[in-house]
Amino acid sequence: MTIPTNSDSTGTEGGVGKQLLPSPVPVQLIDQHGEARADARYALPDPQALLTGYARLISGRRINDQANALVRQGRLAVYPSSHGQEACQVSAALVLQSQDWLFPTYRDTVAVITRGVDPLEVFTLLRGDWHSGYDPYELHVAPQATPLATQLLHAVGVAHAAKLRGEDTVVLALCGDGATSEGDFHEALNFAAVFHVPVVFFVQNNEYAISVPLKNQSVAPSLAHKAIGYGMPGERVDGNDLAALLSVLGAAVDSARSGGGPALIEAHTYRMQAHTNADDATRYRSAEDVDKWIPKDPISRLRTYLRGLSLLDDAVEEQFAADAEALAASIRAGLNADVEVDPQELFAHVYTQKTAQLREQADLLRDELSREAVQS
Amino acid sequence: MTQISERAAAPATAPNLPAVPSAAQPAATTQSAATAVTFAKALNTALADAMEADSSVLMFGEDVGPLGGVFRITDGLTARFGPGRCFDTPLAEAGIMGMAVGMAMNGMRPVVEMQFDAFAYPAFEQVVSHVAKLPNRTKGRVLLPMVIRIPYAGGIGGVEHHCDSSESYYAHTPGLTVLAPATVRDAYLMLREAIALPDPVVFLEPKKLYWSKEVVDLGELRRTFEEGSAPRTIGSAVVARSGTDATLIAYGPSVPTAMAAAAAASEEGRSLEVIDVRSLVPFDDETVCASVRRTGRAVVIAETPGFASVAAEIVARVQERCFHSLAAPVRRVTGFDIPYPAPKLEHHFLPSVDRILDTVDELQWEDGQ
Ligand SMILES: Cc1ncc(C[n+]2csc(CCOP(=O)(O)OP(=O)(O)O)c2C)c(N)n1
Ligand SMILES: [Mg+2]
Repeated sequence: MTIPTNSDSTGTEGGVGKQLLPSPVPVQLIDQHGEARADARYALPDPQALLTGYARLISGRRINDQANALVRQGRLAVYPSSHGQEACQVSAALVLQSQDWLFPTYRDTVAVITRGVDPLEVFTLLRGDWHSGYDPYELHVAPQATPLATQLLHAVGVAHAAKLRGEDTVVLALCGDGATSEGDFHEALNFAAVFHVPVVFFVQNNEYAISVPLKNQSVAPSLAHKAIGYGMPGERVDGNDLAALLSVLGAAVDSARSGGGPALIEAHTYRMQAHTNADDATRYRSAEDVDKWIPKDPISRLRTYLRGLSLLDDAVEEQFAADAEALAASIRAGLNADVEVDPQELFAHVYTQKTAQLREQADLLRDELSREAVQS
Repeated sequence: MTQISERAAAPATAPNLPAVPSAAQPAATTQSAATAVTFAKALNTALADAMEADSSVLMFGEDVGPLGGVFRITDGLTARFGPGRCFDTPLAEAGIMGMAVGMAMNGMRPVVEMQFDAFAYPAFEQVVSHVAKLPNRTKGRVLLPMVIRIPYAGGIGGVEHHCDSSESYYAHTPGLTVLAPATVRDAYLMLREAIALPDPVVFLEPKKLYWSKEVVDLGELRRTFEEGSAPRTIGSAVVARSGTDATLIAYGPSVPTAMAAAAAASEEGRSLEVIDVRSLVPFDDETVCASVRRTGRAVVIAETPGFASVAAEIVARVQERCFHSLAAPVRRVTGFDIPYPAPKLEHHFLPSVDRILDTVDELQWEDGQ
């Protein structure tokens, strides 16, 4: 893909922003039946990359299933599942190099784990031990953001600083379709475009924001179209087609890295499960609506495709399943063990130096707890 | 993220109010249609009744339409009044708040829901710079009869950004009326009063009380409110439990905790009065100070971090007005001055019965108890 630069977008009569427009239909390289589709601009990724990606999809699905089960068992407070969105999750992590940054949301646990963060550290938040469990600098993964769209501006800031510091860093920032309505989304796009910084905004359009369908969220031709108002290219991609995602996101990351500026990529996918376990999706959508998306599953089409190439056989599949099972088992074991969190930590990180008031409050709690311990 | 754990708190009743059957006095002893009603149902009924009574009352926000809100407070309103009266907006709190301002300027009475306390912050600019100031700027020519409903505070095991006690930001902003009911009866009456008020109201709904129940007759409450015979709640605190030795001053989610502390204290032979402030702005100095003058001792209880908080304001007001009646400094039991903790640690943060009783013990009792 050739992503137009700022200067291209100034446009000539009738053509303002034309080069910035997304393709009329989402880019698809492997259709839901597992058939390859030719595309004029985007090439199929190398088969080995697809095989690696496939293994990650299998693990991603297993992580979602495992986390849902752990909620039912009371081991996690809540889990926003990405079941059905695993191709988006996996590609968001795989297109990045080690120096790049990922800015995930609450829904992007699988992307964060695919990036390499220790799953138990990722689940610290949802287990309820602390607000974020991993070191963001270790693998360049920002804490998962809950206040919608706010993290997009942080992504712009990290990219802007990287540019000023002369780093070879691209930032990939995730958000949902609903989050594109927030003011921060628009401010982030505009800042990124004006400062011409290397950010790829990646919207997972799963058609719902809790109960609100996309049609009540936006009447734009697509969410990707919003890019052109800010002078950056937009692109639409089949969010259940790992091949297309790797190709489209990869091109946007390459372009950003080589000074081409930001881009907005919208992936068309679907939230197959409720918003979280606390949500009752039957109140606002029918089972038939959800069922329509089953044949478009990201795993089944890639499996058909890879089996067709003879890259995938029973033995390889068993290996992938066993790897995913081992990951799930380690998550289970880790989350079934009770971890004590030292209550004194509550006061330790609010300021770099504990204030006099916080020292007093920490002492009060320590005293209460030691009296309780004596009583019991 | 929406995290809801069903945790019913002990019902807190207000015995000094006109006869309301409580759980201890079953409905059968009166001939009213009183039944056990949840706090959530009382709010839902208040909204429906207000919309029924006045076609300019609108309800909008995130997921308040077909879903009925993540806490189901708007359940059934779209079906009953149509999508023009109760509807979902695009996901943008500043947009919701700013549009409500315009609607209120043009003859409507919008009620907006901020999904959770911390998700109201994107709308802060609209609230502080416009909702609170427009009537004053225009010398009262523009009135903003709007209600900002906010499920607030903690105690539900919610993850970050779902449990903030944000009352102090609003109470600190002149122009906003700030209410925090603690009983099912008040949930109904205060929301009706808030919607009827010509001034903008921040209406704080303690999440942990949504599933608490009280035996009330909603039909009777509706009738008394609509005929104007219900006692006014805005600007009026209530004695939720009478006592003689010290006054516990609480509001919203802390009222049931204060009631439990008073019950525990009475077993130890100490008689504590509990004041439910319920109207943070305007504040009822008279009721609060009358109680403290009677008892001579006071502890203010609130979930919010204590520094520069509503609790701090209450302590200051009581100290200024009741100094010569006080046998001990007025004390506070509040959340610590830290961000709201993760679910597993929240019990350390929340004011507890033990922490309240410890503080009461320190109120310089002559007998050295
Ligand atoms: C500022 C803000 N407002 C409201 C919420 C509550 N909330 C959490 S997720 C969500 C829906 C988000 O939908 P979308 O952006 O499409 O992402 P998805 O959950 O579908 O992945 C809402 C309203 C929030 N987290 N932050
Ligand atoms: Mg969505």
